Amino acid sequence: MYVAVKGGEKAIANAHALLAQRGSGQEDSGESAAQERIASRQLRGQMGVLVSRVMNEGSLYDPNLAAKALLQAQGDVLEAVTLLRSYRTTLPRFGATVALDTGALPPERRISATFKDLPGGQQLGATFDYTHRLLAERLQVSEIPKDTEEEDDAAPGTMPRITDLLGHGSLVEPDHPEDWADEDPGDLTREPTTFPMTRPERLQALARGDEGFLLSLGYSTQRGFGNTHPFAGEVRVGEVEVLFEPAEIGYEVPIGRIEITECQMVNQFVGSAEKPPQFTRGYGLSFGRAERKAMSMALVDRALRSEEFGERRISPAQDEEFVISHADNVQAAGFVEHLKLPHYVDFQAELVLLRQLNAEFEGSEDAG
Amino acid sequence: MLAEPRIVYNEGYLDEQTKRVVRRALLKGIAIPGFQVPFASREVPMPRGWGTGGVQVTASVIGPDDLLKVIDQGADDTTNAVSIRQFFERVAGSESTTRTDEATVIQTRHRIPETPLAEGQILVYQVPIPEPLRFLEPRETETRRLHALEEYGLMYVKLFEDISRYGHIAKTYDYPVMVNGRYVMAPSPVPSFDNPKMHMNPALQLFGAGREKRIYAVPPYTSVESLGFEDFPFEPQQFDQPCQICGSSGVYLDEVVTDDAGGAMYVCSDTDHCTRAASAVGFRASRTRGEWDFPATGTGTEGAVQ
Repeated sequence: MYVAVKGGEKAIANAHALLAQRGSGQEDSGESAAQERIASRQLRGQMGVLVSRVMNEGSLYDPNLAAKALLQAQGDVLEAVTLLRSYRTTLPRFGATVALDTGALPPERRISATFKDLPGGQQLGATFDYTHRLLAERLQVSEIPKDTEEEDDAAPGTMPRITDLLGHGSLVEPDHPEDWADEDPGDLTREPTTFPMTRPERLQALARGDEGFLLSLGYSTQRGFGNTHPFAGEVRVGEVEVLFEPAEIGYEVPIGRIEITECQMVNQFVGSAEKPPQFTRGYGLSFGRAERKAMSMALVDRALRSEEFGERRISPAQDEEFVISHADNVQAAGFVEHLKLPHYVDFQAELVLLRQLNAEFEGSEDAG
Repeated sequence: MLAEPRIVYNEGYLDEQTKRVVRRALLKGIAIPGFQVPFASREVPMPRGWGTGGVQVTASVIGPDDLLKVIDQGADDTTNAVSIRQFFERVAGSESTTRTDEATVIQTRHRIPETPLAEGQILVYQVPIPEPLRFLEPRETETRRLHALEEYGLMYVKLFEDISRYGHIAKTYDYPVMVNGRYVMAPSPVPSFDNPKMHMNPALQLFGAGREKRIYAVPPYTSVESLGFEDFPFEPQQFDQPCQICGSSGVYLDEVVTDDAGGAMYVCSDTDHCTRAASAVGFRASRTRGEWDFPATGTGTEGAVQ
């Protein structure tokens, strides 16, 4: 009896019920299961890195909603991202905030791989970097020693961005070209995508792009597929104030604080007929603690600027259409998974053609 | 400390501003038949590639007086068709139907209904890859230029190569069409069997590609010619046997495998057409809600096409 995918209504309702049960945790832990459901605030507090990833790729800074989405998606990150995006897109847009001043942010973490010592100093902050990756039987929270506070002799707020320091000797390309007008950036979510993109649009696309995809592309540039000779000029993590200037009021008002991770890659550049040799930059910015994402983004951003610097474009990471068209995991996951939908009409059409071609093939064999 | 936000969705899901954006793209598409209009496709609460373009188009044209029909592979009861219909019932409070002749808006994936469409009806196609030249040229910058220059040599070369290799044009669905004598257009993955129905159709045909962020249209009574050559004209696929449930001929058939010995039967892919044709002739078979009572089992490939 042919049942396959037809007769959907009841099947869908049943499937949804089963799915909900699978996520309820009641199957595996017996009588006390009902009390063991994870609260979204627990997820937020204890899986902050995961929550950051969902916020980044969901393009919405809201740890509460991201945590809720993760729970609803039973831990499926891309599903959670889709939930968040589908909600986000229905929200009204008030405008663009004032550009974040990341130089002023008191960093919880700030490291540079290019200078041993620099104004403001290096600060490790909360990082996995030097932990021993030994699986622990039980997680322990140790006291933070008191004497770590305020040891810096630099006054607070004086941690200039490393790229600004280099900029004083004009060894690194400036923040923006001389003929730069501070236009409102386009909004990828509200305007059609057309290639070639502007760099702000590209950075938007990278910011919501899949971490794994960008990681691999960034990695590929380190292995010779579009080498950009990168140095991690600076990585900083901290909370920054967001300012917004409502047209009705006419002056900037703070609307909240968000935690961000910023990465400035500094890349060798051999120079060209127009430009002397100098360091160029790749930029990465992400919500929350998402260092790997910010670094990957910065590598790919620089690789995508190859045309700007007259470099040969020969590698996938340098190809804007390739990178941007495939970085969005909501699109990618949807289209890959749509292969689960029935295709029997097209398949039938192919079957018919194949049978015809085979019949003709056998006919010609007989004749020959 | 900010209060936890309430989660609220707009009536009809898309906000009114977005509907206007989509409608503007639709109007432009209608004004330039077959031209792909870029639009800022929004996320909708289903995965990309599952009809998000069609859903945005439908959400932007549907009103309280409309009667919506949703089909996938010609059938009203395939899971994704059911899911999309339920979505609109939930967020737009729209009435729905399975009858092609009653519906004012029909959203479809991979088929055009057998029942001829009439003036005033809107057929919304879900489109996975809107660019007919995509598999010949992967770059969007390049294909847009080719369209602008009306440079379709690539496509004709591909068709010619098929003929020289197989003796036929080996394209059985998503068969490229020339719209209004100007733009080569992807009809979405409908079988080539359905292509002739697009030509001079009295209904408005709208195409939404959500993931690829494109909208295009064929206005009523517009010429839609499937590509071909004078000596190798386009030939839609045909089936040489009737549906084994309702007896209709000249319709697109699904091959239903009935056993593991190569047995198969051929039945209408259009469930609405089949149900009504069957009841019209008092056929003993019924096919509602996926519960089919099969008549005698056919064998092998007897339904194959010439």
